[in-house]
Amino acid sequence: MSAPTEPVYRTEALIAEDIDAYLEQHQHKTMLRFITCGSVDDGKSTLIGRLLYDSKMIFEDQLASLEADSKRVGTQGEAIDFALLVDGLAAEREQGITIDVAYRFFATEARKFIVADTPGHEQYTRNMVTGASTAELAVILIDARKGILTQTRRHSYLAKLVGIRHVLLAINKMDLVDYQQSVFDKIVADYRAFAQQIGIKDFVAVPVSGLMGDNIIALSEATPWYQGPTLLHHLETVELDEQASAAKPLRMPVQWVNRPNLDFRGFSGQIVSGTVRPGDAVKVQPGAQGSTIARVVTLDGDLEAAHAGQSVTLTLSDEIDCSRGQVIAAAEHPVEVADQFEAALVWMAEEPMLPGRAYLMKIGTNLLTATITSQKYQININSLAHEPGKTLELNGIGVCNIATDRAIPFEAYEQTPDLGGFILIDRFTHHTIGAGMIHFALRRSHNLPWQHIEVDRAAHAAMKQQQPRLLWLTGLPAAGKSTIANLVEKKLHALGRHTFLLDGRNVRHGLSQDLGFTKADRVENIRRVGAVARLMTDAGLIVICAFISPFRSEREQVRQLMPEGEFIEVFIDTPLAVAETRDPEGLYQRARAGELKNLTGFDSPYEPPEHPELHIDTTALSAEEAADQIVARCLN
Amino acid sequence: MKSLTHLERLEAESIHIMREVAAEAEKPVMLYSVGKDSAAMLHVARKAFYPSPPPFPLLHVDTTWKFQSMYALRERAAREAGMELLVYQNPEAKARGINPFDHGSLHTDMWKTEGLKQALEKYGFDAAFGGARRDEEKSRAKERIFSFRSANHRWDPKNQRPELWRLYNTRKNQGESIRVFPMSNWTELDIWQYIHVEGIEIVPLYFSAPRPTVERDGLLLMVDDERFRFRDGEQVEERWIRFRTLGCYPLTGAVESRADTLPAIIQEMLLTTTSERQGRAIDHDQSASMEKKKQEGYF
Repeated sequence: MSAPTEPVYRTEALIAEDIDAYLEQHQHKTMLRFITCGSVDDGKSTLIGRLLYDSKMIFEDQLASLEADSKRVGTQGEAIDFALLVDGLAAEREQGITIDVAYRFFATEARKFIVADTPGHEQYTRNMVTGASTAELAVILIDARKGILTQTRRHSYLAKLVGIRHVLLAINKMDLVDYQQSVFDKIVADYRAFAQQIGIKDFVAVPVSGLMGDNIIALSEATPWYQGPTLLHHLETVELDEQASAAKPLRMPVQWVNRPNLDFRGFSGQIVSGTVRPGDAVKVQPGAQGSTIARVVTLDGDLEAAHAGQSVTLTLSDEIDCSRGQVIAAAEHPVEVADQFEAALVWMAEEPMLPGRAYLMKIGTNLLTATITSQKYQININSLAHEPGKTLELNGIGVCNIATDRAIPFEAYEQTPDLGGFILIDRFTHHTIGAGMIHFALRRSHNLPWQHIEVDRAAHAAMKQQQPRLLWLTGLPAAGKSTIANLVEKKLHALGRHTFLLDGRNVRHGLSQDLGFTKADRVENIRRVGAVARLMTDAGLIVICAFISPFRSEREQVRQLMPEGEFIEVFIDTPLAVAETRDPEGLYQRARAGELKNLTGFDSPYEPPEHPELHIDTTALSAEEAADQIVARCLN
Repeated sequence: MKSLTHLERLEAESIHIMREVAAEAEKPVMLYSVGKDSAAMLHVARKAFYPSPPPFPLLHVDTTWKFQSMYALRERAAREAGMELLVYQNPEAKARGINPFDHGSLHTDMWKTEGLKQALEKYGFDAAFGGARRDEEKSRAKERIFSFRSANHRWDPKNQRPELWRLYNTRKNQGESIRVFPMSNWTELDIWQYIHVEGIEIVPLYFSAPRPTVERDGLLLMVDDERFRFRDGEQVEERWIRFRTLGCYPLTGAVESRADTLPAIIQEMLLTTTSERQGRAIDHDQSASMEKKKQEGYF
């Protein structure tokens, strides 16, 4: 192999002599986003620091504060500690660690680079997946003295999971192993075997020293046996994702409908794959409507063609419905539409993932409600083994089935990341708590339309001459829910109403007999009860539910199942101290003795309702009075 | 197919971000400081929504101490973009006559930090675009594109939401607001190059000209109006100067330069050896000062 041309950071001479020529050249740069994976010990910060330093992205004033910092907290004695350049926040600089994802910038004469830098310790999965989601290439650092470690496997697996197509193996600290080819060759061979196992088809390995600068820009004389590309040369020449996605069929998720006046109706969005030209036949999905592209509008004038990566505004030749959340796709190659999927899920919150709980999902330009119906297995990030498990903890990775509340346009993540990647958002804290990648739609999702039933819920209710209601009594164990619920049903029954009482203890003998009292099981229990209660109200009944139902999220989910106004949340408010004195089953006593785990209010949390329809203070009302209030509210 | 250039990709990303905000926020606003970064951001906004005007107003949090030529460009730029321009001046700072000569850092706190909070609350804006970039300063490198502020406008660097793909979570809690930085991934050079390629109008102070100056505490200050307060022995001297950033004129240091065209400015920038923040008095105290300021609510 012949020696490749050396990358050039900056042609100082051209800048000084002919700035216009330089600018003209500079305007044709491309851009690559990559992520660096490794820990401080691997010399990652030193490597990034060197790339920034050599590309003259560091100015004198920054250098002065760097020199001062190097002496104060640096690890290189009197020499400049490059690592300090890339450690941002004051707190982490003091601790000597980076704690989050940081983005750095440098450029050569051919490309601008955005580096996502993530730390190599706990929280790793979350941070690396975040950084990798926008990266096209991963630089995986290996300490030549140590070879492939568990963390190397972890980094590589995550890079593959997030679909990064290019892997650059930087075998670092070659200076500390006397630049021996045998060390390099052995690591490459080991890595090749592992890479095949996890499905990484190809990678490029470069022997480097971040500290000494070997094979970063120029081939090093210390490694005459290495004639491949230098690290920077590979970064400059690797194929960009947009080049690959431009060859695929057109997809543009609609972000915003552009209506400056009655005569113009455009659809604004970023093209995520393919090419669009006026006259192209397209389909607007979900939906069956087709049209053709009339114009590709930009402030700089209409375009003859626009490609993957560009943000444009399209107009169609027909007046058809099209709004945010829909996808404009090539008519001959439309996207899939479904509401149930298998997906890989990465969990990013302290609060564990709970199957059955409703989360907000953002995918493309759609925001909707989704639940994880079941988890097939979780992945042990260190051994890569599949392990059973119903939930996911922070930094956990699993493969799950997910159901959405409506059908959405999508594609497998591997095919089109912009239409297959999603985030999950907690409905109460609004934090981003998970990230997922769709594998495929579940068949049942395509095959299960709703059956139309002629005797509908209105007919059932009319026959019974009553309004269906769901009275949901929530509160601590021994708060008095069952007692009050019984009285409510007796009173309604005496008034000639058709009722049914679902009691927390009774369903545990049948409907939920396979469930325990963990958080995940409690969530599933309430999901089942909610679905049954909904069916009973469809039959026209007034349903009374007496359940601890400790989590706001699930009670809210049951509320969502019901037509507006039919769900009546009743908070049976009994302070813990009072409930403990009642305690007919001796639950609290057993919990205090350590014989009972996961008792709500004791060692398992209870989230009181924030705005219940009825708030019953049992220290002020008798059970009879409470029941009267609930009946009055029900018949109101 | 020809690859997109780095500027085309940056622009497409910024447009995408702005449209997400327009679609999902209830009442967005674009903070406009009249500087070069604001000029580039405003230009991207015009492209994002064309042929509609950008569907939000511009907000200038004014300190009354900006350069005169900034005020001149402000109105024109808003008019040309077809956008409403809101100008906010903190009434308390005005009443107390807070100024950069007598009040030091209180000047920035009251006019800018407090003024911004008051303005956002007065109009009820829930999302505010800012032109900040990640390359400006180390703590910015870790800030998200969508950066949440608590009800009292504080930034919590330890509790940021992960930001994946192009999926921005714009959901917020009661009282929270969002700062959105659509130009996060641009560098100073990218901004200059974009202004050059797109022919964007910027304040003439960025171009070198002979101007009345005073040298003080290592900064080269411009005597922009009659309110300038001279210290004993200070003399006005005419120098060829230009500015790399623009703020309150008594706090903004100029550089001596002969660069009077965009290519010449870029040429100087590429060959220069100091970062652009160096001309700002605010950063000199300590290297973590910006992070502290932001936690307190500075943009």
